Amino acid sequence: MSVPADEAVVTLDHVTKHFPVRQGVFARTHARVHAVEDVSLTVRRGETLGIVGESGCGKSTTARLMLRLLDPTAGTIRFQGQDITHLSHRRLRPLRREMQMIFQDPYASLNPRKTVEQIVGQPFAIHGGASSREAKLRVRELLEVVGLSREHASRYPHEFSGGQRQRIGIARALALNPQLIICDEPVSALDVSVQAQILNLLRRLQEEFNLTYVFISHDLSVMRQICTRIAVMYVGRIVELAETENIFDSPRHPYTAVLISAVPRVATNGHKRERIVVGGDVPSAVSPPSGCVFHPRCPRFHAGHCDVTEPPLEPVPGDSRHVSACYYPLEHWPMDDAELRAGATRTSPDAE
Amino acid sequence: MRETVVEVQGLTVVFPTHEGNVQAVSDLSYVLHRGETLGIVGESGSGKSVSSMALMGLLNRERTRIGGEAIFSGRNLLTLPGNAMRDIRGKDIAMIFQDPFACLHPMYRVGDQIVEAVTAHANVSMAEAGRRAVELLEAVGIPRARERARDYPHQFSGGMRQRAMIAMALVHNPSVLIADEPTTALDVTVQAQILALIERVKREFDMGVILITHDLGVIAETADTVLVMYAGRAMEHGPADEIFGAPQHPYTWGLLSSMPTIDRRLEKLVPIEGSPPSLVNVPSGCPFHPRCAYQFAPCSIDLPELRTLPDGHLDRCYLPAEEKRTIWPARRAEQLKVAQ
Repeated sequence: MSVPADEAVVTLDHVTKHFPVRQGVFARTHARVHAVEDVSLTVRRGETLGIVGESGCGKSTTARLMLRLLDPTAGTIRFQGQDITHLSHRRLRPLRREMQMIFQDPYASLNPRKTVEQIVGQPFAIHGGASSREAKLRVRELLEVVGLSREHASRYPHEFSGGQRQRIGIARALALNPQLIICDEPVSALDVSVQAQILNLLRRLQEEFNLTYVFISHDLSVMRQICTRIAVMYVGRIVELAETENIFDSPRHPYTAVLISAVPRVATNGHKRERIVVGGDVPSAVSPPSGCVFHPRCPRFHAGHCDVTEPPLEPVPGDSRHVSACYYPLEHWPMDDAELRAGATRTSPDAE
Repeated sequence: MRETVVEVQGLTVVFPTHEGNVQAVSDLSYVLHRGETLGIVGESGSGKSVSSMALMGLLNRERTRIGGEAIFSGRNLLTLPGNAMRDIRGKDIAMIFQDPFACLHPMYRVGDQIVEAVTAHANVSMAEAGRRAVELLEAVGIPRARERARDYPHQFSGGMRQRAMIAMALVHNPSVLIADEPTTALDVTVQAQILALIERVKREFDMGVILITHDLGVIAETADTVLVMYAGRAMEHGPADEIFGAPQHPYTWGLLSSMPTIDRRLEKLVPIEGSPPSLVNVPSGCPFHPRCAYQFAPCSIDLPELRTLPDGHLDRCYLPAEEKRTIWPARRAEQLKVAQ
């Protein structure tokens, strides 16, 4: 089967998700968490789309919306061209086999009472399509594909290390040849030496089976190694979306720049690097700031503009595939302090 | 030479269990000076946290076999009676942990908890203690400290809770601050704030800091001295510039090559094959030998000594130093070259 390179697997079109905050005896809604706000993006076949951001930025909610594990408050979700926004559970079910998920915690995501064979074979039991004999064979094949051995099939999860468990989770996700795999912080719980094994495995599987990943992480170094494109989220919004190289080599949004610069790193040239530290905390998604959501922490903040109207997500001049939502985007990278604060009318009060 | 605040000699921690003796820490030695940040790095189960808990007297001495000594102002912390240890803990040696929410009592106001820390070791009035609490909250960068002192922990963000924990640690001007994964639970922009704060209070209070983490990036940016631990042992130990500029031990090489870098896309990450060993059955000889790409005859038989190299750099490995001088630069260049 030949597929055009730019074919969309999932499309989110102006998707918004609010969660009610209920309180009191009558559980009245007295506030809303603006978890995802007007997000549009497309996951293309064969790519790894990264969603990066700090806790509470809406990255996991966005992924759950893609799978229709959550119903959006507004907007449209398309899976392989089909509108699934309002599809009933029964009609969604055959599509669910096409979408799989790999979770962060390989200790919590595998049932301790089941053998590896039952865990990896579960998708066949749920969705059918294979006799028990075939399923048995397929499970053993999958274990080898992810770097475990056939003999592991009869063991229980507690007999495996964290890295091996994550391999079991990956085998389960691959079982039904899904069109889309959502990887939600798949290496965050692993030691660095094991993390590299899993990242290499995910890369190899993608090449072998032409898989499409949505990769959620807070770790930019990991993202750089695995993603084709990256969406940077902040308080429910996408603030920048571009090819991975462009995100790291010419970020436009100050938040992206701050995020990249805040990552502690082992310098490859042996020099310590100046770190740009912004003050403050991620704002609450219950009452997001006015205007640009990043303005209270932004070093390039212009009073009377950034805090009044929200900047639209627009293509960067000369690169239609690079979008960013900022009135005063960065012009140089790597930036110096002067560049970062260019035009700024104040500096954050409590930056260390 | 800067003043030595803690000197650990041959620290050994063994937990007897049903499945056998867990060799959590074996023969660990280091010196911490005033104004120095010692970074202890290792994977889970390397003994990095347990070694500091032993220092703080936080291990149950009846169920744990602790050997060696840890000298702090002329006294051995490992054999000090409970009440004497209580005088030191939280006063001269303070500790902060990974999860600040778990360390704060959810039903007491943040300010009151700091007041309690003040009165625990000093005979002062409540009003005086309250002033000290607000002063410390201000010092660690909590805005409107007087008001915020009346908040409960859940009203603080993760970063502010960690700041409050640091304030509490500073109450009695400690000589040593032990920070166990202090930023692991925090977002990256907040992590940068907390690391900068630790650096600042280290200078202001002239403390020695022991920073325990699995994150080599954090160590590279903050530590003066680095101790790389594996299976309860020091594998490599020396000045940070040496450890990152000219790493000697194959395990350190493994950690560095498996780390994803933010600076470029690597064609292949080079993981360390296998997983860390069980501490009940620590491999014979060098504990790293089953996962080491350079192992040869003696590695599986005898434990290599920590050998002293120039500049106070220590390395526990049989590979000849001359060979190592070429292996790592070549290996690193290869990994970075393919990426271009």
